[in-house]
Amino acid sequence: MGKIVIDANRCKSCYLCVSTCPKGLIKKSDKTNRLGDYLVEFDDKNNECIGCAMCAKRCPDMAITAVYK
Amino acid sequence: MAESNEKVLIKGNYAIAQAAINAGCQCYFGYPITPQTEIGEYLSAEMPKLGRGYVCAESEIAAINMVVGAVSTGVRAMTTSSSLAVALMQEALSYAASDELPVVLVNVMRAGPGLGYIYPAQGDYNQSVYGGGNGDYKIIVLAPSTVQECIDFTYRAFYLAQKYRNPVILLADGLLGQMMEPACFGKDPYPEVDVSSWALTGAKDRESRAIYSIGTDEKKQVQHIYNLFKKFEVIAENETSYEEFEVEDADIILTAFGSITRNIKAAMKVLRDKGVKAGCFRPVTLSPFPHKRINELASMGKDFAVVEMNMGQMFKDVKYAVEGKSNVSLINRPVGEWLSVEEIVSAVEKIMESKYAASIQYS
Amino acid sequence: MQQVFSIPKSMKKDFRYTFCPGCDHGVAIRLVAELLDEMNLREKTICSTSIGCSVFLYDFLDVDCVEAPHGRACASATGVKRATPDKFVFTYQGDGDFASIGLAESMHTALRGECVSAICINNTTYGMTGGQLGPTTVMGQITTTSPYGRNREYYGYPIRVAEQIALCDGTAYSARVALDTIPHINQAKQALKKAFEVQLQGLGFGFVEILSSCPTNWHMSPQEAHIRVKEEMMPVFPLGVYKDVTTEKGE
Repeated sequence: MGKIVIDANRCKSCYLCVSTCPKGLIKKSDKTNRLGDYLVEFDDKNNECIGCAMCAKRCPDMAITAVYK
Repeated sequence: MAESNEKVLIKGNYAIAQAAINAGCQCYFGYPITPQTEIGEYLSAEMPKLGRGYVCAESEIAAINMVVGAVSTGVRAMTTSSSLAVALMQEALSYAASDELPVVLVNVMRAGPGLGYIYPAQGDYNQSVYGGGNGDYKIIVLAPSTVQECIDFTYRAFYLAQKYRNPVILLADGLLGQMMEPACFGKDPYPEVDVSSWALTGAKDRESRAIYSIGTDEKKQVQHIYNLFKKFEVIAENETSYEEFEVEDADIILTAFGSITRNIKAAMKVLRDKGVKAGCFRPVTLSPFPHKRINELASMGKDFAVVEMNMGQMFKDVKYAVEGKSNVSLINRPVGEWLSVEEIVSAVEKIMESKYAASIQYS
Repeated sequence: MQQVFSIPKSMKKDFRYTFCPGCDHGVAIRLVAELLDEMNLREKTICSTSIGCSVFLYDFLDVDCVEAPHGRACASATGVKRATPDKFVFTYQGDGDFASIGLAESMHTALRGECVSAICINNTTYGMTGGQLGPTTVMGQITTTSPYGRNREYYGYPIRVAEQIALCDGTAYSARVALDTIPHINQAKQALKKAFEVQLQGLGFGFVEILSSCPTNWHMSPQEAHIRVKEEMMPVFPLGVYKDVTTEKGE
């Protein structure tokens, strides 16, 4: 079981994390940032996150600020 | 030779090199070019003995940027070059002025424009004082006229550079670089400058520091430029220096910078013997320029005759300083054989006869 | 729960990258910051920064930085290292800075075997100015100054930087890495570590060329850009270690 923390202020909506998560737990959100881009959200209802931190390593903006395992 | 009160017979280039060592220059970066190559040769032998830095740079561009890097750590460093190669360094000088880095550059001038040749000239007054780099910035420029001054001004250059965090150019010429004269090294007379408030030493027990010139914020950039120029006003107030002889009763003041000053002093004596009331004035700091004193002398009704080995570069600054209060004449040869005492005397006599400002050019 | 990822301490507090969305610069800088943390180098680091998209490094990394004019970062780093040999000195440059305008400075710093580390971000274009043809633009690539594609007649050929630097006798380590996949990002970090170590060991010049994406100027999504790194860049710029004096690849 794992968990990630997303900093919406750093996210630039590149969605690289979406395609990187091996469990498909990161999705486009309905919320937008100042520029009107749709942010991402961590959706792990079934506690599938394995804490691999691949999303954080992929994120070019360090918007995933913490990963727990 | 280091730090001795003995007089030694020494070439200008070697004098500059040894004075740099005495002044605590920790790193030298250079690229060969006549007529200053002896400086690099001398230091290539001496710096390793002292465990100090020496790099045969791949170009003058690299050399000056190595100086930029070295001085950013708070140590003293310099490069030396000549005219056309100093032209290559102008970009880095603009950066260093904006970054407020104490770069020391020695320019042993030769003839231009373009490749020109290795005979001496004074054609880099504008390049040094007004700069070839982009934007508004100012450099401190010191112009020695003797080998002794090559030593004294090298000490002063390192001191002023660190004291004001501003690049300094020591503007010598091929004549000074290549000539031997008795001179005394003495000891660097200036106190050590504390650089701890800005030098890059690694962000240990303090916030990290960044030295940069990029100005993305327009308002901050405006203030930055004002601050640079305010600093230079302080430099002008404290450091403007000049030399004058027998100006009190003079009708005409021979004005020159650098090594040709030697000839105007001799010409003044000949003219005095002939009954012409001549005086001498020589800016030591070309930047800041002694505008105020020149203006005072002009207000007393004294005419000026500027003697230069260029097409009248300092001449324009003297005219600007005089503000039309008296006549300013030009006696010049653009490059080559230094204007002789006889040539200067005869030119001054012609000017005195005409009663107006004149331009007397020798070929 | 155990924290397995956090923002490196060598990043400035409250930094926010000013790069375009999907730009790999952010990953490269993170790797550097992580290594400064892990190798305990932050407090003895002086970075020589460059011109281009890489110019704002000092806004992100919490280390001492001196800005060099375009292309001169290796010269400036040489000055820093000669003045203070006990410091850890590195440059962070783009391909235009390192391998075009600054090729002489970069190559001679390698030839002298200066104990500094250099990082060159290769994204096959001049990013900051809006995507012009650069020294690493690949054959056929369309840029704003090669609208018909790079060809021999008008533009000549791109430079393979890591191979060229490996040819210099003063180079202790030269490698090319990429940031298109997680395994490649991990490899990139190992290469950077090696380039830092050879400096600390006094072995010579440490160099890493990083294949990077530029989605904005390539007119691609970040995902497409990473595919381009693999399909169009890697055949021209093969990944690998081109020199490592600490192994048999040294000579």
